[in-house]
Amino acid sequence: MIGQLTVSERQSALIILLFIVLWGLSMAIAGHGDLLGPQGWIVLLAGVLGLFGVMSGYYAPEPGADRLTRYYDDPSKVGIILAMIWAVIGMFVGVWVATLLAYPDLTFDAGWASFGRLRPVHTSGVIFGFGGNALIATSFYVMQRTCRTRLPDQLTPWFVLLGYNLFCLLAASGYLMGITQSKEYAEPEWYADIWLVIVWVTYFVLYLRVLMRRKEPHIYVANWYYMAFILVVAILHIVNNLAMPISFGSAKSYSAFSGVQDAMTQWWYGHNAVAFFLTAGFLGMMYYFMPKRAGRPIYSYRLSIISFWGITFFYMWAGSHHLHYTALPHWVQTLGMTFSVMLLVPSWASAGNALMTLNGAWHKVRDDATLRFMMVAAVFYGLSTFEGSFMAIRSVNSLSHYTDWTVGHVHAGALGWVAMITFGSIYAAVPWLWKREAMYSARLVEAHFWLALAGTLIYVFAMWNSGIIQGLMWRTYNESGRLAYSFIDSLVAMHPYYIARAIGGLFFLIGAVIGAYNIWMTIRTAPEGAAAKVSERPDPVLAGGLPADVPANIPALQPGE
Amino acid sequence: MDLDHNFTVWLAKSFGLFYLIALSIAVLVYTFWPANRARFQHAATSILEDDDRPETTAKDKP
Repeated sequence: MIGQLTVSERQSALIILLFIVLWGLSMAIAGHGDLLGPQGWIVLLAGVLGLFGVMSGYYAPEPGADRLTRYYDDPSKVGIILAMIWAVIGMFVGVWVATLLAYPDLTFDAGWASFGRLRPVHTSGVIFGFGGNALIATSFYVMQRTCRTRLPDQLTPWFVLLGYNLFCLLAASGYLMGITQSKEYAEPEWYADIWLVIVWVTYFVLYLRVLMRRKEPHIYVANWYYMAFILVVAILHIVNNLAMPISFGSAKSYSAFSGVQDAMTQWWYGHNAVAFFLTAGFLGMMYYFMPKRAGRPIYSYRLSIISFWGITFFYMWAGSHHLHYTALPHWVQTLGMTFSVMLLVPSWASAGNALMTLNGAWHKVRDDATLRFMMVAAVFYGLSTFEGSFMAIRSVNSLSHYTDWTVGHVHAGALGWVAMITFGSIYAAVPWLWKREAMYSARLVEAHFWLALAGTLIYVFAMWNSGIIQGLMWRTYNESGRLAYSFIDSLVAMHPYYIARAIGGLFFLIGAVIGAYNIWMTIRTAPEGAAAKVSERPDPVLAGGLPADVPANIPALQPGE
Repeated sequence: MDLDHNFTVWLAKSFGLFYLIALSIAVLVYTFWPANRARFQHAATSILEDDDRPETTAKDKP
């Protein structure tokens, strides 16, 4: 890995890592006696490991100029592996907390094992760890191909990818220690937030640099979605996390907002995190990998542009639907509700565009589980955006809000849409990235597909049932005008659904573990016919000896082993 | 003028309304502008090409 960096990039890497070490050291010293201290040690350790890594390869020969004739894919490869590691961790913790909800006694007598600390490890693990790494990895892949240009340098993508994972690590470890600013999907405290701003702005600038060097006159629509994802997440993250730490030696900070303004800012952030992190970025993935895998251009390119602007400008206003029947002014609630309903138009335009792209390639969808992942993702995208618009209507929300229906809705989107399109894209990208004929085992992809689909359906149906029962029990009155059920009555009614939810989640987790194994075996398996290729027809890459960015240890396994 | 509730309501109901309409028109004009048709067509099909190498020009060579 270090061998791919030029000498000046290695020096820059050392300087950056030195700053990270100093940052970690100052956090450890200033935060002594506070929870900030241990977080500082994590930063310090990450910096020291990085320094050792760079120094161990410092005197390796420089990469040749021929590297510029190839795309720079190693950050994408590492990003996909990291995404799969986070997927297994995040989904494992998800099954854990789901089991805790069904059987609350199954806990250890320790603060870190409590539901309140484990839940954000699950949400951040799957959204930021799995989703974020997959977005970064695929965006590097897509931006280079669609612009027909190599990444401008070798250091920036590594800074973005590894810096982002340091943020994820600080977040997850902080939650377990009890560090949180109690904002959903924005739990990490100020020091981690500032670090993410640095990483994220670098990511944005990197994307702009690639676009500026593009050889295609028009910027392909997938890039628009990726760019919207990066730009808007930066804006959301900065505004929602405006806070004042109580001191530089403390992990605790206080938000710049209070009361209903704080709630509105948080849900403006929260809903747009769904919109731009979990939707726009993954639509970018879909608009590249689905046409590519199906071998057909997108059904209507114009429709993809119209839905892009629709999604970008409508979503911004939808967040207030999270605050129906609160202190938020009524007209702001109505504004959020109206925009949420209008959002159905660009959302269904995207879902329809995806399905129409597959129209005429259904035989491929039938035979190819990878493409089927993407097809099911488009269906779930259509379903959950309809459900979301519906739930945003104030009178529907009076039944659904604070119930498991919301949890079911989120997971229809997160499992059915986000995870499915990600797995589909990863299964498509892995053989392309590692220059393999196909995945190690098509049957395991098939098994993963059915486990993921079954798990999602079990999960979502369990939560629909549980949520609507909850909502109805909470609003049923007896003849004397009193509530007919106590809260504990509704808990008892939900118990079987909570067990079903844990089982659905377990199915999904097993699928992800199988996927991780399959990807690992694909990487370990020798490229099919690689040896024969060299002797028969000189491959420009293989004949000229191994390029610097291909690991020298050719995998020892053969397909099917 | 203070940034108070009345001001934000006024802003949302006047500027907020018209800029979204203007934006929609601009997007539709761009999307259906006849000269853009060929670019969009090219963009949609060019990603399907299998040539997995960057286009290098003299400028890219060190």
